[in-house]
Amino acid sequence: MKLDSKIPSGPIDQKWDRAKFDMKLVNPANKRKYNVIIVGSGLAGGSAAASLGELGYNVKCFCFQDSPRRAHSIAAQGGINAAKNYQNDGDSIYRLFYDTVKGGDFRAREANVYRLAQNSVRIIDQCVAQGVPFAREYGGLLSNRSFGGAQVSRTFYARGQTGQQLLLGCYQALERQIDAGTVKMFPRTEMLDLIVIDGRARGIITRNLVTGQIETHMADAVVLATGGYGNVFFLSTNAKGSNATAIWRAYKRGAAFGNPCFTQIHPTCIPVSGDYQSKLTLMSESLRNDGRIWVPKKAGDTRTPNQIPEEERDYFLERKYPSFGNLVPRDVASRNAKSVCDEGRGVGPGGLGVYLDFAAAIGRLSEAVIKERYGNLFDMYQRITDENPYKVPMRIYPAIHYTMGGLWVDYQLMSTVPGLFVLGEANFSDHGANRLGASALMQGLSDGYFVIPYTVGDYLANSKLDKVEVDHTEARACLEGVAGLTKRLLSIQGKRTVDSLHRQLGKIMWDNCGMSRTGAGLDKALSQVRGLREEFWQNVTVPGSSDDINQSLEKAGRLADFLELGELMCIDANQRKESCGGHFREEYQTPEGEAQRDDENFSYVAAWEYQGPNQPPQLHKEPLEFEYVHPSQRSYK
Amino acid sequence: MSAPATGYENTRVSRFWNATVGKKVVMAVSGLALFGFVIAHLLGNLNFFRSVEAMNAYARFLRVEPPLLWAARIGLLVLVLAHIWASIQLTALNRLEARPVGYVKKKSIGSTLSSRTMIWSGLTVLFFVVYHLMQLTWGVGGTQWEELKPSENIVAGFSWWPIAVVYIIGLAMLMMHLYHGIWSMFQTLGFSHPRYTPMIRSLAKIISIFLFLGFSSIPVAVLLGFRPPLQ
Amino acid sequence: MRLILHIWRQKNGSSPGRMVRYEMDDANEDMSMLECLDVLNEHLILKGEEPVTFEHDCREGICGSCGFMINGLAHGPSRATTVCQLTLRNFKDGDILYLEPWRAKAFPVLKDLMVDRTAFDRIIAAGGYISADTGGAPDGNAILIGKDAADSSMDAAACIGCGACVAACPNAAAALFTGAKVSHLGLLPQGQPERDRRALRMVAQVGEERFGSCTNIGECEAVCPKEIKLDVIARLNRDFRSASLTSR
Ligand SMILES: Cc1cc2nc3c(=O)[nH]c(=O)nc-3n(C[C@H](O)[C@H](O)[C@H](O)COP(=O)(O)OP(=O)(O)OC[C@H]3O[C@@H](n4cnc5c(N)ncnc54)[C@H](O)[C@@H]3O)c2cc1C
Ligand code: HEM
Ligand code: HEM
Ligand code: SF4
Ligand code: F3S
Ligand code: FES
Repeated sequence: MKLDSKIPSGPIDQKWDRAKFDMKLVNPANKRKYNVIIVGSGLAGGSAAASLGELGYNVKCFCFQDSPRRAHSIAAQGGINAAKNYQNDGDSIYRLFYDTVKGGDFRAREANVYRLAQNSVRIIDQCVAQGVPFAREYGGLLSNRSFGGAQVSRTFYARGQTGQQLLLGCYQALERQIDAGTVKMFPRTEMLDLIVIDGRARGIITRNLVTGQIETHMADAVVLATGGYGNVFFLSTNAKGSNATAIWRAYKRGAAFGNPCFTQIHPTCIPVSGDYQSKLTLMSESLRNDGRIWVPKKAGDTRTPNQIPEEERDYFLERKYPSFGNLVPRDVASRNAKSVCDEGRGVGPGGLGVYLDFAAAIGRLSEAVIKERYGNLFDMYQRITDENPYKVPMRIYPAIHYTMGGLWVDYQLMSTVPGLFVLGEANFSDHGANRLGASALMQGLSDGYFVIPYTVGDYLANSKLDKVEVDHTEARACLEGVAGLTKRLLSIQGKRTVDSLHRQLGKIMWDNCGMSRTGAGLDKALSQVRGLREEFWQNVTVPGSSDDINQSLEKAGRLADFLELGELMCIDANQRKESCGGHFREEYQTPEGEAQRDDENFSYVAAWEYQGPNQPPQLHKEPLEFEYVHPSQRSYK
Repeated sequence: MSAPATGYENTRVSRFWNATVGKKVVMAVSGLALFGFVIAHLLGNLNFFRSVEAMNAYARFLRVEPPLLWAARIGLLVLVLAHIWASIQLTALNRLEARPVGYVKKKSIGSTLSSRTMIWSGLTVLFFVVYHLMQLTWGVGGTQWEELKPSENIVAGFSWWPIAVVYIIGLAMLMMHLYHGIWSMFQTLGFSHPRYTPMIRSLAKIISIFLFLGFSSIPVAVLLGFRPPLQ
Repeated sequence: MRLILHIWRQKNGSSPGRMVRYEMDDANEDMSMLECLDVLNEHLILKGEEPVTFEHDCREGICGSCGFMINGLAHGPSRATTVCQLTLRNFKDGDILYLEPWRAKAFPVLKDLMVDRTAFDRIIAAGGYISADTGGAPDGNAILIGKDAADSSMDAAACIGCGACVAACPNAAAALFTGAKVSHLGLLPQGQPERDRRALRMVAQVGEERFGSCTNIGECEAVCPKEIKLDVIARLNRDFRSASLTSR
């Protein structure tokens, strides 16, 4: 396998224009003749499906939920970045590019990030035109706020429901194409394998989640936009259904997996309350704009927060990072929360929590202003915890939130399997080792609205694709493989439920491949994950049958993939003997406990190639070059 | 192509009538006219308390222009029929078709009894009106009746208590109907305003109660022995 | 805490269903209703029975996947809360809960508590959008939108498409859902050009799906987890009426 990132030549601000000009176009009359499969209807998949439909391609779009509107992008709260510089505070495309490369701890590709910053501007325009009700000022102009890690106000938002509103805009555009007949939607349909014929992606195998029917869909290009794999950890802020199945099965068909160990921990989530906990709820990062994070100075302090006097509180982020204070990037905030809890100063049940206190902001701005800004978040917090955050500080704790890793793609967003494109959180591309707040929505929409419509066209125009039918031998073999796997899962009939095994995997991963990692821990995790995988295949029990709705079966299939992906994540984390962004190796830190990058040896993308069952995967390295933003120690002091 | 949404295919009128929202507009408009009639009718009926002559003069006055009278009657009749027809079609859709399997348990927390029983209050009013016409307009209600002598006819009817009770029940049903109906009309016609809508909702309740009190004062008064003066 | 659950069990769309009684002895106040069902399901699976199927995804009240009736109330007794965020603190030890799927002809039951809500998607496809092909949009600030208009539009846009309004409506009407979309788009300047067409086509589609008609009963507003207000229905009615009178 050769990794060719296909970055266009020329100055960074002209690369994308040049690439677009060099692309071959598909004749409008011919577009209709091309079939494109898009798996995923989130911001990335939905926008791609709508845009390709508008262009006239024959699109099939798949999602496992009952409606494309429920893709997990709906849950994003905080906002979306764009380098509009409406606030006249010094923002620019270049600054957004700079911040993103730096925020990603110099593990992202410059050219991709620059393109992302360029497209950001048009995303806002597009969304406004679709009727996304972004927050406005009284005069009618768009309103902005500043968001974790940025010193300019460039985040656009729609209350605490930005992801929802962006997704609805995109979903409506998609429904419009469905009505127009250019897109055919397949909800409640899960992709279970990728069909590769003559080295090219030519279709997918799906399971209809209502009838259990396993089906073959052929196409000229396949686009995966299936979101992140944070649910490896069982507990995460992701939706329960978020999974790695689509990208994992593509990996097993030859698509390289980039930086699998790069995961992001979000600092502001509601702490775990019991062992029945099914997911973790995020409290938007925007809360850190007005909330102050602290713990008691004394370990084991059992007083209620309001009893602890000011001088006995440790506002640890403000203390350690005077210039960014509570707004340091997520990885820094999370790690610091963990370390104060490790010192025994954590608060709440189990000592796994820190306070996020609004008393000062309420004093300064009034309760009404705080309510206007965060009302729905406060209500949600109160509903879940039964505590009133206007009166008592919130308790928060970090949780798995986002996966920067994903299938490796080149500048065209094409994976190492020709004809297989990967968008959104499912690819590894733009965020390096750490994603800045409000950048994932931007990336998903940039990929779907403004990149893929060009690059898919270029691929199709440049490729000679024979017609393939659903009864092609490869397709049939694939279909039988999927059917066999389903049968096998149902036939084990062991003693453990899927969820109990998944929880166990999550714990192994969180303890060893989570917020901080060590070589020894990763070695241990590797053998534990392998052991657990064996137990899964011998002892899982999946009730029900394969020919109707069977949620246990769905979960079992996903867990089978997580059990393999977890191993790859540990291998990758073990291999990367440096700390960068969300990947913190305890062995590699500065004397002050900050992440210690090793640019000399690790300035590359780790792209893993599958070698067959139980074979160690092969590592390929895509070296990263920084021509514009020179790697420096990230400092938020 | 997905199932065709029949937006533009039909003629305007059939599209309107076939849409539930359009049919509701017909109900609201006819309901409004009926409501107007009820108010006017109450005002006219209150002549009963002034004197026999006033009441009977009022009845004669209504007959001075037969063509006008018939025009109004036919207009009203058409509206009533439209109102009833639409309400039966909609109720059939709502109650028989739209939810084939009901709930084992169902609670109401955001609505009035009146709003949930419009068809029953409406139908009761219908039966009431039919009987009412038989009794006071056509003189076949089983009580003593004479053309153009409404005051006497009323006294003759209501002094027998079962008739008075039937009226009071009918009037109570009308109240129930309008308790929701008056507000509902505004909503159906698309008027909604954060400040005025709550007022309209309260006013609807007050007016419907007021109508009930106004109308039923007549049978109650007669039952209690009131007889209007002759002049 | 202990709960008695009566849950609607139905194998699939074509077989009949019935209420089945379960006892939960290890419920906990801090659990969400869905976590309670998770725990029940773990017990059922280990006993060799089929777990209860219910729809869910985000579990934070935003995706609109979850929803069923609890003792006759859509999404249960707590206002502005979806079942995934409904904690058992809302119930007492020993309570008896009846869990039933949404009931409407347009929402056929697929299995247990799971129903098919694709009718909502078809209503949106009929016109719940602004036609703006990718690429041609003017600058985001080119159209001024006052804060009040943006806020009211956002109020309506908050609908998560859960279907509770239909489930709670005695007429199984989809007026709140449809009105919310018509209002979200109709309150914005961008939504004006297609306003008539949108109202006509969406209302027609609602009819095709055989939802009931709205008689302004108001149960929908009371159970809506996003507190969508009845005035969106007035707006739907108004847009439809004026479109019917004025459009070609
Ligand atoms: C709680 C939360 C808050 C967030 N807040 C922000 C924020 O404020 N700003 C920001 O920029 N980012 C935020 N993010 C991150 C951001 O929301 C996501 O990264 C982004 O939305 C991912 O979009 P996507 O289109 O790639 O994937 P998703 O939206 O996850 O969509 C995945 C799609 O793939 C489908 N799918 C998956 N697997 C299969 C399969 N096997 N077969 C068929 N279909 C499949 C799903 O049905 C779905 O349609 C947040 C994330 C979370 C969890
Ligand atoms: C004097 C007689 C009547 C008056 C004044 C009257 C008035 C009204 C009004 C104002 C409404 C509200 C319309 C709307 O919401 O837009 C209404 C609704 C209704 N009426 Fe009547 N009505 C009368 C008779 C009847 C009769 C005879 C029936 C039944 C056969 C009936 C059945 C209904 C029903 C079912 C509704 C509810 C429909 C809805 O609110 O959408 N009504 N009526
Ligand atoms: C106590 C209450 C009422 C009294 C005393 C009363 C009295 C009368 C009288 C005396 C007439 C006959 C007039 C005539 O033939 O010259 C009449 C007609 C009529 N009343 Fe009433 N009425 C009452 C309530 C109602 C109500 C509540 C309704 C409707 C909901 C109603 C509907 C009618 C109608 C439709 C007619 C026929 C009008 C016509 O001939 O065109 N009445 N009423
Ligand atoms: S209007 Fe409310 S109840 Fe109805 S679908 Fe939308 S959010 Fe759910
Ligand atoms: S409950 Fe039903 S009748 Fe209308 S106001 Fe709500 S849709
Ligand atoms: S599971 Fe998403 S709203 Fe309840």
